[in-house]
Amino acid sequence: MTEAYPLPSHLSPATVANTASLLRIVALALISGAAIASRLFAVVNFESIIHEFDPWFNYRATKVLASQGFYEFWNWFDPTAWYPLGRVVGGTIYPGLMATSGVIYNFLHALNLPVDIRNVCVLLAPGFSALTAWATYMFTKELKDESAGLLAAAFIGIVPGYISRSVAGSYDNEAIAIFLLMFTFFSWIKALKQGSAFFGTIAAVFYFYMVAAWGGYVFITNMIPLHALVLLLMGRFTSRLYVAYSSWYAIGTLASMQVPFVGFQPVRTSEHMAALGVFGLLQIVAFAQLVRAHLSSKQFQNLLFVSVIAAGILGALGIVGATYKGWIAPWTGRFYSLWDTGYAKKYIPIIASVSEHQPTAWPSFFMDLHFLMFLFPAGVILCFREFRDEHLFVIIYSLMASYFAGVMVRLMLTLTPVVCVSAAVALSTLLDTYLDPKEPDTANDSNNESDAGTVASNGASTSAATSSSKKTKKDKEKVAQAPAGGALGNLVTGVASSAVAAKKGEKAFAAKGIFGLDTRFAVLINVLGMLFFFVVHSTWVTSNAYSSPSVVLASHNPDGSQNIIDDFREAYYWLRQNTAETAVVMSWWDYGYQIAGMADRPTLVDNNTWNNTHIATVGKAMSSSEEVAYPILRKHDVDYVLVIFGGLVGYSGDDINKFLWMVRIAQGVWPDEIQEPNYFTATGEYRVDDQASHAMKNSLMYKMSYYRFAELFGGSQAQDRVRGQIMPQTGPTLDCLGAYYFDYSSFLQVLMRFRAEEAFTSENWIVRIYEVKKEDLLGRDLKSANAFEQGKKRKRTKPLSRRKAIV
Amino acid sequence: MAGPKSSKPASSATTEAVSSLWKSYTEQTPDRLKFIDAFLVFIILSGVTQFLYCVLVTNFPFNAFLAGFSSSVGQFVLTASLRSQVNPENRSEFKEVSPERAFADFALGSIVLHFFVYNFLG
Repeated sequence: MTEAYPLPSHLSPATVANTASLLRIVALALISGAAIASRLFAVVNFESIIHEFDPWFNYRATKVLASQGFYEFWNWFDPTAWYPLGRVVGGTIYPGLMATSGVIYNFLHALNLPVDIRNVCVLLAPGFSALTAWATYMFTKELKDESAGLLAAAFIGIVPGYISRSVAGSYDNEAIAIFLLMFTFFSWIKALKQGSAFFGTIAAVFYFYMVAAWGGYVFITNMIPLHALVLLLMGRFTSRLYVAYSSWYAIGTLASMQVPFVGFQPVRTSEHMAALGVFGLLQIVAFAQLVRAHLSSKQFQNLLFVSVIAAGILGALGIVGATYKGWIAPWTGRFYSLWDTGYAKKYIPIIASVSEHQPTAWPSFFMDLHFLMFLFPAGVILCFREFRDEHLFVIIYSLMASYFAGVMVRLMLTLTPVVCVSAAVALSTLLDTYLDPKEPDTANDSNNESDAGTVASNGASTSAATSSSKKTKKDKEKVAQAPAGGALGNLVTGVASSAVAAKKGEKAFAAKGIFGLDTRFAVLINVLGMLFFFVVHSTWVTSNAYSSPSVVLASHNPDGSQNIIDDFREAYYWLRQNTAETAVVMSWWDYGYQIAGMADRPTLVDNNTWNNTHIATVGKAMSSSEEVAYPILRKHDVDYVLVIFGGLVGYSGDDINKFLWMVRIAQGVWPDEIQEPNYFTATGEYRVDDQASHAMKNSLMYKMSYYRFAELFGGSQAQDRVRGQIMPQTGPTLDCLGAYYFDYSSFLQVLMRFRAEEAFTSENWIVRIYEVKKEDLLGRDLKSANAFEQGKKRKRTKPLSRRKAIV
Repeated sequence: MAGPKSSKPASSATTEAVSSLWKSYTEQTPDRLKFIDAFLVFIILSGVTQFLYCVLVTNFPFNAFLAGFSSSVGQFVLTASLRSQVNPENRSEFKEVSPERAFADFALGSIVLHFFVYNFLG
């Protein structure tokens, strides 16, 4: 027996095992540390602040929970959202996230640690990412071994695809949901392996937590039944499968109905029917197995024939009856858009208008997963080699998740864990093969068989670099009896042929195995290089792309120093300080949660897009002329209108760029009054300069965005930086919203990132707020009143003070 | 094959199969499993009664019906799981689950199940 490098042989197996387990614990602790630390870029670069849009609502709800208690939160009716309709918050949210923070908050306060609820919310996602790493470790350990588990934990800890949804401050449902997803899957695998109702119950409880936390629970609801069904069809039914699935489904389904937002859906909607169907099927199969144990095969076939026909007729009648009676609701729009990517755009523009519901662009796979992306298929193929039940699960999971990730950007999140798991399996198999010190024995045919077994054991042996030669000897004996797996080189030939090859003689196996140290180093250095670049890439992507709060914007000066653009918070703070508490603010729905969270003012629409008509009303007001919009605004008691305008600083996520969606959504409800083609020029271009169409120029959104924009440039050409178009010298006039009330212009010296305008000085008008004028006291229409005022103004030399114009 | 001629021998073969099934069951099954089976039959009867009540009379407090029915279904599958776990014939499949552990699992599962049932009764 030759070895490529010597291993210490005087260590007892117990020492090796203890050291390995200590190292594993230390490694897991370090991985958790890395996972948390890399998510803190957002806090270090900016501050401890809640990010984006939805987290602001979650944060607001959590504040209610923390300050007023759980029952108040549960029964919370929010009259300020969806003015004048209001929103029953308790029944229309997934409360898992808020409940988790509430528990942590109360726990810390019980320990006399007066932590602010905001910090709990900000740091929740990084904390749970450490738990996700642990759950992924456990999951991968079931597939292969501990070393693969550690690799998977390290991958999921820093992979950008998961970080994108879990940086500090990204206080959204996904923050805890991925941990729950992985842990539910782990419990399911464990339950299936052992046939244990205990792990089935654990899976059900975590499934319940997942249902309470994220709408993506439907993924679990369909993944586990699909796995069970495939096992059934492959003839792999065992009593273990019955125990695991039945205990999970019976408890999990009942538990999921406790969440008010889910309600009776698990027995009423089509998305959940697959789970129910597989449950029924398993009962039948289990009963058939029981019967078969007591009968001869001839009699069993007779009985089976009769009962299959009876069951078929009954099942068909049941489904037809239930659909006819309307007990089972049809599929929802979001579901259809998963299969037909054009569906949403045609029928439900509100779903298509969300950028994270768009199909994924190819570069983002590399951006989010880096080299895991090309190890992923290798790992899936390796799963085919052992092909136990849990490997089948990973294969199905990767197929489903790959498809979904291609359809919707946000579902990249569900793909990421399985990519990490299977990439870890692939990489760990590679490392096992090349770290194993055993040299293949070339010229010895007396112990032919056992050596072939040794070569074959390279890949499957659990020994990492730390384990001693004694352990590998043990492995050798084991594997020689039953050659379970082969080395990486056997991949194509597979297990069966390697066993055959072992019997054929020296020639067949002599070629297999790793010779010498040079080959080992060549591969290992490459692997280390890839891992290194993965870390560099992840760090770079995290710090540059995924850590922006998007409430606070940053730009870089030519000298590299950072410039913070804080228009949003200034504007919301202005609203909070200078307007009446009941003043209704109208904006596009994207900003609803932020206005409610930061400005604490009633809004017409927000990111909980449950009422399409209400959103379309806002869209109509924004996209029609002042004369049409004004009655709408007055009827909805709107006091202020808020628009986001990026034309000055080149902030591309502004309302003019979203404007076409407002038009489309409004068109869906009022096809006679709003037509999308009217907003394009005659040549079909989307322009905002002097060639803009009539409808465009007269729309409220256009006027509010560009009101007095040209004046800012003091006679020189006014340029819209986002769209790169030259604005006309005379900007639009506003009659009904007349009072140009507030423009947050911070007069920052923003040195633009673009080299051409390096020294350009501008103010950033990102948020513009207008007050809606009340009806004229003299009963005139506002246009003539305005004209009269202006006429008066022209005669006078002194300009009219603003305050008078407001009244 | 589904003609009127073949139906009669098929049905007689079926009744024969059923009777031999019953005979084999009563002779071969250990008493402990028969005890569990009796409980299973009771649960089925309770579930069927609730279902018939729901279909024929009213499903009005639908959550109460769901809770009661789920309690039957859940208890049934948990008991059936226990039955297959303690079945000596399945010893090879459940290497890690001893009969004692199976009962502990059963008890835990039932407690969790009935916690949710109680919560859902309304």
